[in-house]
Amino acid sequence: MTVMLNGKEVQIPDHIGSVQDLLTYYELHNRIVVVEVNAEIVLKEHYTSLGLSQGDRIEMIHFVGGG
Amino acid sequence: MLKIGEQVFQSRLLLGTGKYPSFEIQKEAVDVSGAEILTFAVRRMNIFEESQPNFLEQLDLTKYKLLPNTAGAKTAEEAVRIARLAKASGLCDMIKVEVIGCQKSLLPDPVETLKASEMLLEERFIVLPYTSDDVVLARRLEDLGVHAIMPGASPIGSGRGIINPLNLQLIIEQSRVPVIVDAGIGSPKDAAHAMELGADGVLLNTAVSGAKDPVKMASAMKLAIEAGRLGFEAGRISEKNYGVASSPLTGMVTS
Repeated sequence: MTVMLNGKEVQIPDHIGSVQDLLTYYELHNRIVVVEVNAEIVLKEHYTSLGLSQGDRIEMIHFVGGG
Repeated sequence: MLKIGEQVFQSRLLLGTGKYPSFEIQKEAVDVSGAEILTFAVRRMNIFEESQPNFLEQLDLTKYKLLPNTAGAKTAEEAVRIARLAKASGLCDMIKVEVIGCQKSLLPDPVETLKASEMLLEERFIVLPYTSDDVVLARRLEDLGVHAIMPGASPIGSGRGIINPLNLQLIIEQSRVPVIVDAGIGSPKDAAHAMELGADGVLLNTAVSGAKDPVKMASAMKLAIEAGRLGFEAGRISEKNYGVASSPLTGMVTS
């Protein structure tokens, strides 16, 4: 399946069905991260239940140094 | 003691976390600064590159309050989107509203800042807008119900200190919410100046992270802010045009 991840078109394996799967795939499941799918923030409790579809626009956001 | 919303802080120094020479120096600078509130920016993760260490993930989050900023936003809507993302982390409810209106001077856009603050207050954020040092704008923000006013001393990262002390003083005099001087602080003198004018706190980043010795500068800023605050509370003498002797004028030894 092809999705837009952080502005980049990426091909992800078919077994990735949820936000949780995607975080695990990129080894981000233990990181401080906020996920947006199609401009909607996904709450942590929905990580396993929210399915991903072809063409989804996904953003993975975190905190970096700033003033 | 600095009170923002219902939160009470002992330190009046709010420290930015950008542009330190190394993680080790940053950790030590944060530690010696005594700051309890640290600012962060909200950005996309570098998923496609090798994972870089993340400063926030190495912090003891029970010791610090996070103040994410909306840096990068040019409109109120963009600022609100960034604020929502920050809050969704579950780590913070405060937000520094930062909407830049001029990419060269990095001065804030007052109209978008006001709009963003109003929208975020409706969503029950603790709202700390970074604003220009305009007195009426500060009042308008306070009328909306923001939890602190953060006027800039001078442009972000310029290190020019307080360009308009009169405006700052007028903002401080009229405000019933904390006034935190944000941006433009270059040296401990500037931080002390802000506090002597009666500011409730100072937010700075580059003045520490860009110093030759950031750890020593963090310590200097802590002391300057404490000294400036004490000086303000003590009440300084008035300025005069001519000398007034401190020694007695009677009983002179000379003939």
